[in-house]
Amino acid sequence: MNRPTVSMPRVSPGGVKTYLASTWRNTFAIFWKESKTYFTSPMAYIIGGVFLAITGYLFVSSISVPFPEASIRGWLEPSTTVFILWAPAITMRLLAEEQKLGTLELLMTSPIRDYEIVLGKFAAVLAILFATLVLTLFYSIMLFLYGDPDFGPLLTGYLGIFLFGGASLSIGMLASSLTSNQVVAAIVSFGVLLLMLLTQQAADITSGLAAQVLEGVSLSGHFEDFSRGILDTNNVVYYLSVMAFFLFLTIRNVESRRWR
Amino acid sequence: MPDTMIEVNGLTKYYGEHLAVDNISFHVEKGEVVGFLGPNGSGKTTTMRILTGYLPPSTGAASIAGHDTMTGSLEARRHIGYLPETVPLYTDMTVEDYLQFLGTIRGMRGPYLQKRIDVAIERVKLGDYRKSLIHKLSKGYRQRTGLAQAILHEPEVLILDEPTVGIDPIQVVETRELIKELGREQTLLLSTHILPEVSAVCERVLIINEGILVAEDTPDNLAVRLRGTEQVQAEIRGPSADVIRELRALEGVTSARYIDTATGPRYTIESPSGNDLREKIAEMVVMHGWGLLQLSVVPMSLEEIFLELTTADDEEASAR
Ligand SMILES: Nc1ncnc2c1ncn2[C@@H]1O[C@H](COP(=O)(O)OP(=O)(O)O)[C@@H](O)[C@H]1O
Ligand SMILES: [Mg+2]
Repeated sequence: MNRPTVSMPRVSPGGVKTYLASTWRNTFAIFWKESKTYFTSPMAYIIGGVFLAITGYLFVSSISVPFPEASIRGWLEPSTTVFILWAPAITMRLLAEEQKLGTLELLMTSPIRDYEIVLGKFAAVLAILFATLVLTLFYSIMLFLYGDPDFGPLLTGYLGIFLFGGASLSIGMLASSLTSNQVVAAIVSFGVLLLMLLTQQAADITSGLAAQVLEGVSLSGHFEDFSRGILDTNNVVYYLSVMAFFLFLTIRNVESRRWR
Repeated sequence: MPDTMIEVNGLTKYYGEHLAVDNISFHVEKGEVVGFLGPNGSGKTTTMRILTGYLPPSTGAASIAGHDTMTGSLEARRHIGYLPETVPLYTDMTVEDYLQFLGTIRGMRGPYLQKRIDVAIERVKLGDYRKSLIHKLSKGYRQRTGLAQAILHEPEVLILDEPTVGIDPIQVVETRELIKELGREQTLLLSTHILPEVSAVCERVLIINEGILVAEDTPDNLAVRLRGTEQVQAEIRGPSADVIRELRALEGVTSARYIDTATGPRYTIESPSGNDLREKIAEMVVMHGWGLLQLSVVPMSLEEIFLELTTADDEEASAR
């Protein structure tokens, strides 16, 4: 009954190039539509505004201590917690709305591959993440104006927060693909993200193998090194794997419609 | 280029235990306008979703322009323009942006896409609304936006799932007119549970009931084939109670009814097919000295054929 549906492209020598070209075009089309929707909707600005307000507050309090450090660590590390609210808010409509409007049926019956839909959408939320982080550069500029921060931790910190954010977004996107109800999607991704942060706390109070495993899956555990200026490939690989894993699940979930 | 645009072979679809489409086969040739008629829940949407590659068949196969909808899904989809039952619209986009996006994912771009958008908007007569936000449009105009999307890429096959459901009567007439025009230039499969729609638009009708294809013919042929009863309409001047009594007394008459229409009183007389009652009625009226103003055979409407077909008891269905 269930036959495979995603036909493998018949790859001829010149075929790979056309295949890649069409994939790029389709993915970009989805990316572009999604980005436009975000940047023209008031919701995105509200979410961005709230994010900046909270991180701004964290920044001010990090430099309002008796002996402030000229580093972004003070506000960056607590900011990761903000992502467990930010990522669900950004991703909840991503696929849930398409299901609600019935437009997913339109996309899936258009000559475009399922993974192109998912990747294009993911690229769009990564762009939002990027734009949001660019706005927080303001805090770093302040640091440079009034202090003498180290360049290294600044760069790794930003790389880390981008990876952390990307991983959170991939989790949110999976949640959004599971339901046509945006609120449900937001709650599910919030729950999963919260759990993945709490494993760090759990790791702190356990020991041995359990602690290692918990630490291993913890979303925040892999972030600390970045904010200290340490670039450890393990951590980079961890976040990339989380993204790949959840993107894969999202793609499978979208295409499962075709074999149900 | 193959001439068979839609080919369906022994298509069956189960949702879990529930049998939604039961071993149906049909084909649609290039340029044909075919109606897919059946009451709600008869399996029209399911069949169309299989044709468009959105759902897999449980058994059997379907192909579009020679491409199997499962193994050649992407290629098959390139040849289809599809308007699903619930019109899929990004309501916070303008009509133009919506078409722009859908054109792009169908591989069109630049001036060519612009031209196609202009043509599509022109064909569905949406000119005044191209810069309007979709959520501000009336249902009828949303439907047109959906149609514009379906014809945007000049697909070889147009599949429309109940395109006039839920829009107001005036717009229904206009939309039907529009679909008729589209059908002149395109292969079209149109599903509906509204009978006048198929007879107004289609050259051929497939009737589906409870997942089974129960009849397939031209609207006219179906009328002949399925005429179980013959209907005569008469305009008779005389005391209606007496007229009715005498009509009912005639040999072969199964029913006679009095209808007060806007153009005057009428009688509808029914008999088993093959009986032309007109002579007998005329004789009887003259005998009583009443006035016979009009007498005509009513061609059976598709609506009745449909009722006939879909409420037919088992023996009638299996006899076919
Ligand atoms: N996704 C689904 N899951 C389970 N049953 C379904 C689903 N879609 C349709 N059905 C059932 O399949 C039958 C045919 O439905 P459908 O194809 O939508 O009919 P139509 O379009 O002619 O109204 C109905 O009995 C309907 O309840
Ligand atoms: Mg339907």
